[in-house]
Amino acid sequence: MVNIVHSSRKAEIKPPVVDIGVIGWIKANLFNGWLNSALTLVTLYFLWKTVPPFFRWAFIDSVWNTTGQACRDAGGACWSIVSSNFRFILFGFYPYDLQWRPLMAMIILFVLLFFSQNRTYWKKPLAFAWIAGLFVMGLLLRGGLFGLDPVESAQWGGLLLTLLLSVFGLTAAYPLGVILALGRQSKMRAIKTLCILYIELIRGVPLISLLFMSSIIFPLLLPEGVSINKILRAQAAIILFTAAYIAEVVRGGLQGMSRGHYEAAESIGLNYYQTMRLIILPQALKIVIPPTVSQLISAFKDTSLVVIIALYDLLKTTQTVLSNPEWMGFSREAYVFVAILYFLGCFSMSNYSRKLEKELSRGD
Amino acid sequence: MDKETADPMNQNLPDEPIIEIIDMHKWFGDFHVLQGINLTVHKKERIVICGPSGSGKSTLIRCINRLEEHQRGRIVVDGIELTNNIKNIEKIRAEVGMVFQHFNLFPHLNIIENLTLGPIWVRKTPKKDAEAAAMYYLEKVHIAEQAKKYPGQLSGGQQQRVAIARSLCMNPKVMLFDEPTSALDPEMIKEVLDVMIELAREGMTMIVITHEMGFARSVAHRVLFMDFGQIVEGNTPEEFFENPRHDRTKLFLSQILH
Repeated sequence: MVNIVHSSRKAEIKPPVVDIGVIGWIKANLFNGWLNSALTLVTLYFLWKTVPPFFRWAFIDSVWNTTGQACRDAGGACWSIVSSNFRFILFGFYPYDLQWRPLMAMIILFVLLFFSQNRTYWKKPLAFAWIAGLFVMGLLLRGGLFGLDPVESAQWGGLLLTLLLSVFGLTAAYPLGVILALGRQSKMRAIKTLCILYIELIRGVPLISLLFMSSIIFPLLLPEGVSINKILRAQAAIILFTAAYIAEVVRGGLQGMSRGHYEAAESIGLNYYQTMRLIILPQALKIVIPPTVSQLISAFKDTSLVVIIALYDLLKTTQTVLSNPEWMGFSREAYVFVAILYFLGCFSMSNYSRKLEKELSRGD
Repeated sequence: MDKETADPMNQNLPDEPIIEIIDMHKWFGDFHVLQGINLTVHKKERIVICGPSGSGKSTLIRCINRLEEHQRGRIVVDGIELTNNIKNIEKIRAEVGMVFQHFNLFPHLNIIENLTLGPIWVRKTPKKDAEAAAMYYLEKVHIAEQAKKYPGQLSGGQQQRVAIARSLCMNPKVMLFDEPTSALDPEMIKEVLDVMIELAREGMTMIVITHEMGFARSVAHRVLFMDFGQIVEGNTPEEFFENPRHDRTKLFLSQILH
């Protein structure tokens, strides 16, 4: 047997200069072999060709608060299209004088969402706050009580509508999706078949066709005189559609759970609901956070499809502005603005999901 | 089968059966896993079951708390017959503790939460009392200092001791052990067996599937040998190891005792 004993420590030798610090980083990441060097140079060339001109267009030559005519004379971006039509883009045809009401409603919504993202607040008071908040928001938007002028829901639009459709669409679709996934795993034949039928039928048609059905065919089936709000119908279509996809994602998580967890839960006497609520779902839902959030993000963006049933969501109000002769031709600026709003929504969702994942991964 | 002949831990068994299995059969599809099991377990009795893999020993004890359903015969646990009545099944599961080969702790809950889950949700114990009881049992399995950790942070032996404590928190009348040391590294087997021996000393009724023959010798009142879905032979440890009667038992013993 050979004994290896470390002798006294050698004098410390620093690694070569070209392997550490900024130079080392550049060498390892940008000029690592001839192919990567060539790619780096090509990329730099394109950046040089595109970034400065864009910067010039967007910030230096741009105009921010003028009329459409002044825009045409300026060489850069015409952000005036956004600033001049800001309130229409955000609130659509909501009566101009009453737009403080949807603004308040949106602020309440954001405050509630802000507190809901922190898991330490997930207690009863928050639930009451949501109930009260929903009531106040509904009151503000619809009016008709306490001296507030009534506003028809047909007049709701813009960012307000997009937020309503997506926030309530997603929060309702998620639990429904979980229930469908559990149903699909059920040992009871009838429930299982029903859930599979539902999921496959919904996944078999595009969202657009569901929206059409909700706006055109569904009213035909109602008895005469009964009508259901158009926004509500679109909302229902979005919820039903998204839930089917969430269900399949959640099913993936449920199948990843080992039999042992069910058995251990059963062996201490927990019943089905307790086992699901306390043992299986917390783990399964955690595993599928990334695909779930992808699904929710894509559902958020899909709310823009409601234009086809003539609801004025964020994208539609923007397009409407563009059809105004004064602002015709400034679609780039308008769409960049809308893209930024959508991006903020999507990015905060994915950011939140990463934070949640990190918080929940304590045990592993 | 005479079980009163020897009592290695100097306890006299009261003549009260706690588990009665009468001509019990089970099939997996066409495969006849359990072929007419008859077994009576008395209060405070400790039984070790051994046998080759696939002999049905796991299935047998899993039938006792209805993780598997038997198709013929009767199983009566603490006076309650196992039928499809869900209320009865839940009652029996709360009375019968089970320790698994792979521990099956809940990885998203810390140790104390793992232990208090059953008492709080099944027995409706107030949280404070449940936590006090949990700490008591953690002391008992010598692991109280890990109460706030998560299962993934413990070694296999520690996890298995937590699993034993989790079952004890429900104050079970019977404890079932399904190869509790088979998934452990050799140096951790002893710490788990020691906990089980302490449990035996306190008079817990235990059914243990294990191939730890030293444990069987010192703790069991009876050792059963199972093969092909039947209990081939059952006897006191002395008789079982010194004078096995059946050829299959002899063959099995010669294989595992080297």
